[in-house]
Order: sequence, then structure tokens, then C-alpha cells
Amino acid sequence: MEAAEAHRAEGSLTEHDLLSGRTSGERLQLTASGEWTADNAAVLDRLVTATAPAEGAVSKVDIDMRRVEKLDTYGAWLVERLIQGATEKGAQARLIGLPERFGVIVRTVHQNADELPPAPERTNLFIFALATIGRNMVEVGKSIALIAQMFGAVTMAFVRAVMHPTTFRWTSLVNQIDLVGWRAVPIILLITFLIGAILAQQGIFHFRRFGADIFVVDMVGILVLREVGVLIVCVMVAGRSGSAYTAELGSMKMREEIDALQIMGLDPVSILVLPRIIALIVAVPMLTFLGSMAAMYGGGLVAYLYGGISPEVFLQRLREAISVDHFIVGMVKAPFMALIIGIVACVEGLQVEGSAESLGMKTTSAVVKSIFLVMVLDGVFAMFFAAINL
Amino acid sequence: MLDFTSQHTTTSDVAIRVRDLVVQFRRQTVLKGLNLDVYKGEIIGFVGASGAGKSVLTRTIIGLVTPKSGSIQVFGRELTTADDDERQQIERRWGVLFQQGALFSSLNVLQNVQFPMREYLDLSQRLMDEVAIAKLRMVGLPADVGRKMPSELSGGMIKRVALARALALDPDIVFLDEPTSGLDPIGAGDFDSLIRTLQQTLGLTVFMVTHDLDSLHSVCDRIAVLADGKVIEAGPMSTMLASEHPWLKEYFRGKRARGVPGLVRGE
Ligand SMILES: Nc1ncnc2c1ncn2[C@@H]1O[C@H](COP(=O)(O)OP(=O)(O)O)[C@@H](O)[C@H]1O
Ligand SMILES: [Mg+2]
Repeated sequence: MEAAEAHRAEGSLTEHDLLSGRTSGERLQLTASGEWTADNAAVLDRLVTATAPAEGAVSKVDIDMRRVEKLDTYGAWLVERLIQGATEKGAQARLIGLPERFGVIVRTVHQNADELPPAPERTNLFIFALATIGRNMVEVGKSIALIAQMFGAVTMAFVRAVMHPTTFRWTSLVNQIDLVGWRAVPIILLITFLIGAILAQQGIFHFRRFGADIFVVDMVGILVLREVGVLIVCVMVAGRSGSAYTAELGSMKMREEIDALQIMGLDPVSILVLPRIIALIVAVPMLTFLGSMAAMYGGGLVAYLYGGISPEVFLQRLREAISVDHFIVGMVKAPFMALIIGIVACVEGLQVEGSAESLGMKTTSAVVKSIFLVMVLDGVFAMFFAAINL
Repeated sequence: MLDFTSQHTTTSDVAIRVRDLVVQFRRQTVLKGLNLDVYKGEIIGFVGASGAGKSVLTRTIIGLVTPKSGSIQVFGRELTTADDDERQQIERRWGVLFQQGALFSSLNVLQNVQFPMREYLDLSQRLMDEVAIAKLRMVGLPADVGRKMPSELSGGMIKRVALARALALDPDIVFLDEPTSGLDPIGAGDFDSLIRTLQQTLGLTVFMVTHDLDSLHSVCDRIAVLADGKVIEAGPMSTMLASEHPWLKEYFRGKRARGVPGLVRGE
């Protein structure tokens, strides 16, 4: 009775009379009709759910299928569910007058009925948080180990290349220097020029209050040569070339190109990683030099236009304020930072697994990690140079 | 011109009708006035040399490549002039198995199969789960594959999941681009009989590009041969074996074909 009423309530929602029911004593008689297909599945889903008889209410369920015009997997599944539901409630369910052409699909779906295995259980939030922290710590440990390992592998490859220079990939090196060095020049010049200009403007603006405008030359000179030039270049290179390395190696890993190299007895580190890292070690100092000069030029220009410090005065002051030491400090750091960027990018690239998502994640993490390590290294250098009074 | 419509003359029997199809990429003309009829409820197998344009034909019919001229009718509706709504109605009635599977790598298997359902049907999560599991089981995969990511699957499993996704909406037509390439012979054989079973169960029309002589022989009702940008021959295996076209002779009666039972008899 309940079932039939439930159906009436639901049934009025729809124009199609897809499923109707009548109870006579112990027997529930259901009549299915019309199109039991994907398009009606949402309505049918509700009807079938509402039609489930209450526990022990009926002992027999007959489903009359004679008037069903179309039936696909969705319809067949819902018939299956109707039968299952009745059986669970202790009733005997059967199909009556199933048209022959639907026999195969109903049987196939019946045979393939299965339950979704339960999703892995969620642990409580506190434990989950602790587990995440723990897992991340292990990850940090692992990535340090991987970087050390790659450093070793690159050193070995380098030694081998020095011993047998003919095996080194010279073309690849030249190509990479073109990509990461030469083609980066315009953007590096532009950005460092702007940074130099901004530094000078800020310096003049604040120093002017003490009448110490001229010290802006000291500030721009020292900052640019020691820190800003090399850092800006490294951040740009990490974002521009580090990410490209990771994406290139990662997609080669995905398409099993790296495995192909390996089974041909070739060392992927010698062939792919070493030329890329050497290219960075060559390119970053050059870019640092060009970048520093552009920043000084930007600073000088602003000092002239905004601060009224003429180029002659600027250069004169620069000569007094800075020594070649500052320049050396900046340039010495550059190849080490290039090495860090290259190694991190290649490690991440070789860590990529099957999916496109993993490629994206590794590329992001390569950029973040290498910029972070560049900053750490810069700090270490600062302490080192302070200790030797440079 | 060859008569492709010898047995079937009424339009209501035709699922796909292609007429004078021309497809060009810059200077290269890949399809040069191609004609083709695919009948409802048949499995048609497409063969042709590599680069003959089988994939291009498939991609043109499903709308990924725009033809230069010609007409494509699916269930009597012209696709080349259809607006977005009409297209969507037709697209809802076909499923495509891409050559590489093309599973979405950021979704798990179950979500992949449910993806078209989410787009086209407004179903409860419970029903989507149940139907998706039934589909996975129907393509011969256990239910617990549902929680795996595509990167954790083998080549054969990827093809099966992709087939389950192609069948997600109970389409009337499925397009299969080299479904068995890259599978071992037993796996390929299983896949063939799977396609046959599903075709009979669901009443599908199957458009299959294949290089597998076994599958051509065992599952295809008709074979169409693509060469020089046209269908040069279409018909059952007996027609292929009787043909005097040099490429066909080499393909079906050459050394490679000898190991395949049923083909040797044709010699
Ligand atoms: N997007 C495209 N741009 C240019 N040429 C294409 C494109 N897709 C396919 N082709 C060319 O069309 C021809 C047929 O290719 P295809 O259909 O993939 O062959 P197959 O029969 O092996 O599947 C090839 O010569 C290929 O180079
Ligand atoms: Mg192809």
C-alpha cells in the first residue's frame, strides 16, 4: 500500500507513466512501460527508490515488462535494483513478459552487478595532520638525498666527459646555451634595468631627507653588484629555464624516452642532464654580468633624471664607493646558483610519473624549490664573505 | 563509382552516410571525395595503409576535423550544417575510443566513466556509481579498478576503461580507432569478442579502424578499404578475397594473412 502511494506522489511529477504499482494482499504488482533509457534514468531512479516495499509488507513482487518499449543498460540496471530491493526485504521478485530482445541486456547486467568497494576510511583530523607533517618531513629528507645523488651522478658524468671529450654532447650544449642564455638576454636586461631604476628612485626619495642623496650611488652599486643582480637573474632563470628543464625531462620520462636511452646503454645523465647544467653554469654568470650592468644603467638614469646627479658625478662616486671585490662576490655566486637550479630542475623532471598532473606538480615544485635553495645559498655566501671580510 | 548500397536502399537503415567528402591539410588532400554508408547494427572494419587517412576520416565524422566539402549524415541528420544544439544531440548518441585511450589523467577510473553522465544526465551519485561499476564489469574489469588512477593501469586495461567510458551513455554508435593495437594477441582476441558481445547486447553500430586481420575476420560484418583518399572496396570478407586490387591482394592474401584461419581458404 505504502509503495503504491509513494509512487502516486512521485508519479504525478512526471508525464511518463514509467512505473506504476498495485498491491493485492501479499502481492505487489508493478507495471513498467515506456522508455527505460538513460534519458529517463533520473526519474526512474526516484521511482524505483520510492517503490521499494517495506520489510515484510509483501511476499511476492511481480514486475510486468510487457509494455517497455526501450531498455538500455540504465533501465536494465534499475530493473535489477528493483528485484534486489524486493529480495532484500524478503519478497520473491520476478519479471513477467520480458520482451525477448531485452533478454540479453537484462541478463548481462544481472551477471555484472557488483558493489563499489568502500573508499579507504578517513582517519581523524589530528592524526591526519600529524601524518601529513611526518610524510612531508620524509619527503624533504628524500629530496635532499635525491639532489645529493644527482650531484654525484653529474660529477661522474662530468669526469667521464673530460676524459672522453668526444662523447660529450656539444651540439646539445650549444643549443641549450642558446635557449637559456642568449634568448633570455632581452627579458633579463629589461627586468634588471627596471629594478635598478626602482632602487635608485627609492634611495633618492628617502636619502634626500637627510641631504644624503649622493649615497644612493653607494647603495645601488653595492646592492646590485653583490645581491640584486645575481638574485633577480636566478629567479628569472629558475622560472624560465628550470621549469622548461623539468617539463622536458618529465615528458620524456612519461613517454618512456628515458628508459629507451637506458636500455641502449646510454646514460641519461650524461646525455640529457649534463649539457643542460653546464649550459646554465655558462649562461647564468653572463646573464648576471649583463643584468648588473643594466641595473646600474637604470639606477644611473634615474639618479640623473629624478635626483639630478649627473653621470660624471655618478661615475666618480661609484669609483670611490665600490671596489672590484663587490663585483667578484656577485659573480662568484652565479655558477653555484646555476648548479643548484639545474640539479633541482633535472631531479624533479626525472621524478615525473605517468600523469599530466604529476608533470605540472613537479614543474611547480622545481621552481619553488630552486628559488628557495638559491636564497638559502645566498645566505650561506653572505656569512662566508663576512667571515673572510669581503 | 562502386555501388555501396546494393542490399540496403532505404535511408532508415543507414546510421552514417558520407558523400563526396574532401579533407585538406594545407596543401595535402587526405580524403578526395569519399563515399561511405554504415548500416545500423553492423560492425564495419576500416583498413588501409598507414597514413591513408583512417584516423582523419574518423575525426572528421565525429567533428574534430572540418571537411573542405561534402556531406556527413548521422541518423539522417546533416552534420556539416548542424548548429550547436543539433550537434550535441547527435554527439550524445555516439561514443569514441581514441587510439591512446585519452583517459583524463587527473580523474580516477570511476570518475572517467562517469564524466559523460555528469555532462549529459542529471543522476544521483548512487546510480552513477552503480551503472559505472556495471559498465566496468561489462568490459571485463573488476569493480575495484574503479578507484585506480589511469597511470596505474596497463595498456589493455586503459583500452577497456576507455571503452567503458565510450559506452557510458549507452550510445547507438561507437567509433573505435585501432582498439586492439598494442595488445597481446590473446588480449586482442578477448577485446574483439568483447566488442562483438557488447554490440549484440546493446544493439550498437560499430565503426572500427583496425589493422588486425584476426579481428577483421572474426568480428566485422563488413570491411571497407581506404586508399587514395577514397573507399576503394566495401563488403564482407568474401568480397575482399575476391578483389583484384593489388593492395587488397597483398593485404588479404599475402604472406601475413596466411596464418589466419579462414583467410587461407580464400586462396
Ligand atoms: N592535423 C593534421 N595536420 C596535417 N596533416 C595531418 C593531420 N592529421 C593527419 N594528417 C595527415 O593525414 C594523413 C592521414 O593520417 P591518418 O588519418 O592519421 O592516417 P591513418 O590512416 O594511419 O590513421 C597523413 O599523411 C597525415 O600526415
Ligand atoms: Mg591512425
